[in-house]
Amino acid sequence: MVHGVSETPSRGGEKPRKRLLMPWTACSTILLLAIFLGAWEAYVRFFGVSSLILPPPSAVVGGLIVMVGETETWNHVWVTVYETVLGFFFATVIGISLGAVLGKILWLEKTLNPFIIATQVVPKVALVPLFVVWFGFGPSSKVIVSAVLAFFPIFTNTLLGVKSVDTGHREVMRSLNASRWHTFWRLELPSALPYVLTGMEIGVVLAIIGAVVGEYLGGNAGLGHMAVAAMNAYQTNQLFAVIILLTGLGFSFYVTITALRRLIVPWHESVFVNRDQG
Amino acid sequence: MTAVEIELSGIDKVFPTPEGDIHALATTSLSINAGEFLVLLGSSGCGKTTLLRLIAGLVRPTNGQIRIGGRDLWPGKSRNRQAIQDMGIVFQEANLFPWLTIEKNISLPLSLKGASKSVLRETTRRLTKLVGIEGFERRWPRELSGGMRQRAAIARALSYDPQILLMDEPFGALDAMTRESMNLELQRIWMATQRTVVLVTHSIAEAVFLADRIVLLSPRPGRIDTVIDVPFERERDVRLQTSGEFQKIIRLLRDRLEHA
Ligand SMILES: Nc1ncnc2c1ncn2[C@@H]1O[C@H](COP(=O)(O)OP(=O)(O)OP(=O)(O)O)[C@@H](O)[C@H]1O
Ligand SMILES: [Mg+2]
Repeated sequence: MVHGVSETPSRGGEKPRKRLLMPWTACSTILLLAIFLGAWEAYVRFFGVSSLILPPPSAVVGGLIVMVGETETWNHVWVTVYETVLGFFFATVIGISLGAVLGKILWLEKTLNPFIIATQVVPKVALVPLFVVWFGFGPSSKVIVSAVLAFFPIFTNTLLGVKSVDTGHREVMRSLNASRWHTFWRLELPSALPYVLTGMEIGVVLAIIGAVVGEYLGGNAGLGHMAVAAMNAYQTNQLFAVIILLTGLGFSFYVTITALRRLIVPWHESVFVNRDQG
Repeated sequence: MTAVEIELSGIDKVFPTPEGDIHALATTSLSINAGEFLVLLGSSGCGKTTLLRLIAGLVRPTNGQIRIGGRDLWPGKSRNRQAIQDMGIVFQEANLFPWLTIEKNISLPLSLKGASKSVLRETTRRLTKLVGIEGFERRWPRELSGGMRQRAAIARALSYDPQILLMDEPFGALDAMTRESMNLELQRIWMATQRTVVLVTHSIAEAVFLADRIVLLSPRPGRIDTVIDVPFERERDVRLQTSGEFQKIIRLLRDRLEHA
């Protein structure tokens, strides 16, 4: 259990503690997963549940292995990745710019606020069929759904970030006669970045959901389409396999953004606290 | 003989709040000469920070006029940027930017003014040594103690060698020993550069040791209670603090503070 503890702790002895804790949490996670899967398998077999309704984990894994072996699957994965990345990219660019601009221009924010709230509360998934009608069955309608869903958390968090700049910090810039541009670039932007990244963490998950929902409702490509196809063919275990693929995809996107946080705002509490407290 | 650097005439500052107006400063007039070391002394909440922020142009006076180097600070709707261009402030809180390393924080003013990399590096090296935080250049502010952060903030204010230096309890977070050596250092810098310094402190001894002139404020509303000239020769030595004359001024100030 104590493997990996180095004799010379770097930076105030944070590392050894962390290394000690990591394997333990990893072990318990794996144990918990094993118990869950075992119970699932036992339940299906013991009660003779139809595999149409709930396939046992063994059948899901079997389906997954077959699926992963087919190049067709990877084409679908690629389509979903492409739509998600592109949608997320547009959402990020537009969300950050609009959030930054409205955060700076008070009257514009006040004027647009009712519209922003209205578009926030409208169930956007209900608009998906409309997007399909407007932008066709190809990838562009999915990119747009994905962008629309991911946009709001990024936008609102950026807006919040730009508006919550510390008064004391503002006074430092003011006492230095800093220009508007310098104030934005050297103060408002860096101070808003942790907020922006929080928005992006939420946004990237929504971007995948947007792409998949778009694929459910139209077209013939992507993991969302695969899920529908599996359903229609009564291959429930394949549906589960698709869900596992989607989870893996979502996880890797999320991890990327979290890594980005460590890279971009290494000074922030959200990164610091994790490091200090193992 | 000496020119007036900072001139406050008939200044009032009222902060309107939902619970009613706070009269932070009442009809205050004060002239500070170029090259003078002026200390503001007074109990907590008597308006010292407000007075400093008024001089810095961070808040606008409700009444009265402020002139810095002959320039009207509030000629129109907005503050006269030229009037405060040669001013450095050490705030009551360190106010370092958490996303900049100590080194980048200290060199921020110069980097805004477009100084070259080598100038920035040279300046931070000199100043971290001066305030005694060398070796911490690459750390984040939150990795430093409160007193070290405050010293970094002092270094930031000194970095561009401003003509006027405003300091709001700059040594409040320091231990007695460090505080004493910072006082000596500040006196030395001031003597070498002949800058105008306005310093806020709670410590009577610190005030008497550093000041040419002490302005004692009384609270509610804040107003000037007493102005005392401190006659001691420069360069002042720590041994001065045990002299009878020094103790006499301290007693006098303490009496006034109790009455105020
Ligand atoms: N922005 C503000 N809004 C409302 N009231 C304020 C504001 N700034 C200061 N005040 C009030 O003005 C008075 C003087 O405050 P100030 O900060 O100048 O005191 P101070 O002498 O610096 O005190 P301390 O020694 O504790 O720092 C206080 O009663 C305070 O509540
Ligand atoms: Mg104060």
